[in-house]
Amino acid sequence: MALLEVKNLGITFGGLKAVDNFNLTLEKGALYGLIGPNGAGKTTVFNLLTGVYKPTSGTFMLDGKEMKGKKPAEINKAGIARTFQNIRLFKNLSVLDNVKVGLHNQMKYSTVAGIFRLPGFFKTEKKMTEKALELLKVFGLDEHADTLASNLPYGKQRKLEIARAIATNPKLLLLDEPAAGMNPNETNELMETIRFVRDHFDLTVLVIEHDMSLVSGICEEITVLNFGTELAKGKTDEVLKNPEVVKAYLGQ
Amino acid sequence: MANKSNNSPLVKKKTMRPVTKQNLITYVMVIAVFTLFQTLSATGNLKYAHKALLVPVCTSIIMAVSLNLVVGVLGELSLGHAGFMCVGAYAGSFFSVLTEDVITVSWLRFILAFVIAAVCASVAGILIGIPVLRLKGDYLAIVTLAFGEIIKTIVNALYIGKDADGFHVTLDSTKLNIAADGQIILKGPQGITGTPKDSNFVVGFILIMITLFIVTNLMDSRTGRAIMSIRDNRIAAESVGIDITKYKLMVFTISAALAGCAGVLYSHNISTLTATTSNFGYNMSILVLVYVVLGGLGNIRGSIISATILYALPELLRGFSEYRMLIYAIILIVMMIVNNGTYFVKIKEKIFYNFSSKIKKDKKEVI
Repeated sequence: MALLEVKNLGITFGGLKAVDNFNLTLEKGALYGLIGPNGAGKTTVFNLLTGVYKPTSGTFMLDGKEMKGKKPAEINKAGIARTFQNIRLFKNLSVLDNVKVGLHNQMKYSTVAGIFRLPGFFKTEKKMTEKALELLKVFGLDEHADTLASNLPYGKQRKLEIARAIATNPKLLLLDEPAAGMNPNETNELMETIRFVRDHFDLTVLVIEHDMSLVSGICEEITVLNFGTELAKGKTDEVLKNPEVVKAYLGQ
Repeated sequence: MANKSNNSPLVKKKTMRPVTKQNLITYVMVIAVFTLFQTLSATGNLKYAHKALLVPVCTSIIMAVSLNLVVGVLGELSLGHAGFMCVGAYAGSFFSVLTEDVITVSWLRFILAFVIAAVCASVAGILIGIPVLRLKGDYLAIVTLAFGEIIKTIVNALYIGKDADGFHVTLDSTKLNIAADGQIILKGPQGITGTPKDSNFVVGFILIMITLFIVTNLMDSRTGRAIMSIRDNRIAAESVGIDITKYKLMVFTISAALAGCAGVLYSHNISTLTATTSNFGYNMSILVLVYVVLGGLGNIRGSIISATILYALPELLRGFSEYRMLIYAIILIVMMIVNNGTYFVKIKEKIFYNFSSKIKKDKKEVI
C-alpha cells in the first residue's frame, strides 16, 4: 500500500482554482519532487496536505487513513511534517528548544509534573535534551544549541526547520524550497542531508524546489504543476525533457 | 536577511541551567526585599501610610505576573484581567463572611477562601476562554475588555442573602425575600462588608512566591515551550502538532486563577468590598497591562519590579500633591525610553556585552 495517496485534490479561492484535480501516489521511502512556475499552486498543495487549507474537492490518505478535514496538529500527529518556504522558526526560543517543541508529542509529561518538578519532569527533559542534541548533530547544529533561533545564519535556519520537523517523528516529510537562498556548495550539502535523513529516519520525502540541480540530483520522480493543474509527471530526467515542461517552466 | 541580529549577543536565549539561575535571582530578590520591609515594619521604622502599601503592592505584583503569562508568554492581549480578580475577590470574601462563625480557625478559612476563589476565577477563565480564544489580536482585546466590565456590572447588581431556607439570589433588592434573622452577604452596589482582615504582608509574600513558582516552572517546561511556540509562530506550532486551543485555554485558566487569588488578598485587606472602575474596571486592567509592558513582555522579574515601583510611586509622591500624576507620567515615559529606546538599548547592550565578555574571558581560555 502506498504511504500517501492523493485523489483529485482541489481548492478554490473565490472563483480561482488554485489547485485542481491533483493526484499523487507516494510509495514508502520515495524522494519525490514538485516543481513548477511561481504561483502554480505548489505551496497550496502543501497547505492542503498539512491541513492549513481545507480542500474543496478530493481526498488524501496517509497509510490508508483519511486525512481530509483534519486539523494541522492532528495531521502532524498522524505523521506528516513540513517546513515552510518563508522560514517559520520559534524565534525567541533557543535552537535546542525549537527541536524540543518538535518532540512535544513524542516524549510527554504532564503540566502538573512540569510545575511541581516531579521526577517525570527531570527524566523526560533529560531524554528530550539528548534526543534533540542527537538530531541537531545530524544537521551540524549541535554547537549552536544554546543560540537563539533568530540569530542563526540563514542556511542553518533552514536546517533547523528540517530538524524540528523530523523531531515530530513523521512518516512523510514535506520540504518547501529547502535550497532557497543557498549557494551551490550549501545546496550540495543539503542534498546529502536530505538523502541521509530519508534513509536514517526511514522517511518519505516530498520536496518543492526551484533549484534544478537539487531536483535532478535527488528526486526520483517529479510532478510539474502549472496554473494549479498537473502538467507532467514521471521520472525526473524524462519529465525535465518534456517539451511542454520546458516551454512552461524551464525555458528554451 | 542573513543574520543582522548576530551583533546583539545579549539577546541570546539561555537553556535549562541559566534559566534556573535567572529564576533563582528573582526568588532571592523577592525574598530580600520582603525581609527588608518586614524588618523595617516590625521594628517600627515604616510609616503607617507606607505600611498600608505593602499588601496592595503584593496584589499588583501577582496581577502583573499572571497577566504576563497571557500577554508576554502566550502573546495574546487581554484587557479583562481585573475581571478575574473581581471574581476571586467576591468569591473569597463571600466565603469568608459566610463561614466566619463556622470555621473559626482563621488561617484554614483563609486558605479555603483562596482555593474557592481560584476555582471560581478559573471557571470564569474557562467560560470566557472557550468563545473568546477563537478570536485574535484586537478582537480578543475588545472582548476581554467587555468581559471585565460585565463582571463588574453583575456583581454591582447582585444581591445574595442567606437564611434558614438557604440562599436567596436576586438582581432586584426588593425581591430578596429574606427572613428577619437572615444575613444579606452581598448587597449589590454596597458590596460585601465585614470581610475578616486576614491579609497581611507575609501572606502576600507567600502568594507571590507561589505565583512565581508556578509561572516560572511552567515557562521552563514542556508546556511552557509549547505556549511560547504558539506566541512565536502559531502556524509552525500547529505544524509540529501543538494543540493551540488547549494551551491557550490552559494559560487563560491558570492566569485567571492567580488573578483570583490576588483578588482574595485584596478583598481581605479592606473592610468594604465594592466593585468600582478603579479597582476592578478597565482602569485596573490597563494599569496591570502597563506594569507588564514596562517590565518587559515575558519577563517575570521585570513585571515584579515595575509593578512594585509603579504601584508605590503615586502613593509615595503624595507629598507633591497636584504634581503627583505629572511626575508619575514623566517617570512612565522615562522608563519606556530607557527600556525600549534604541539608543538606550544600545548602551545597555554595550555595557552588558563588555561585562559578559569579560566574564567569559575569565572563564575560558582565549583561542
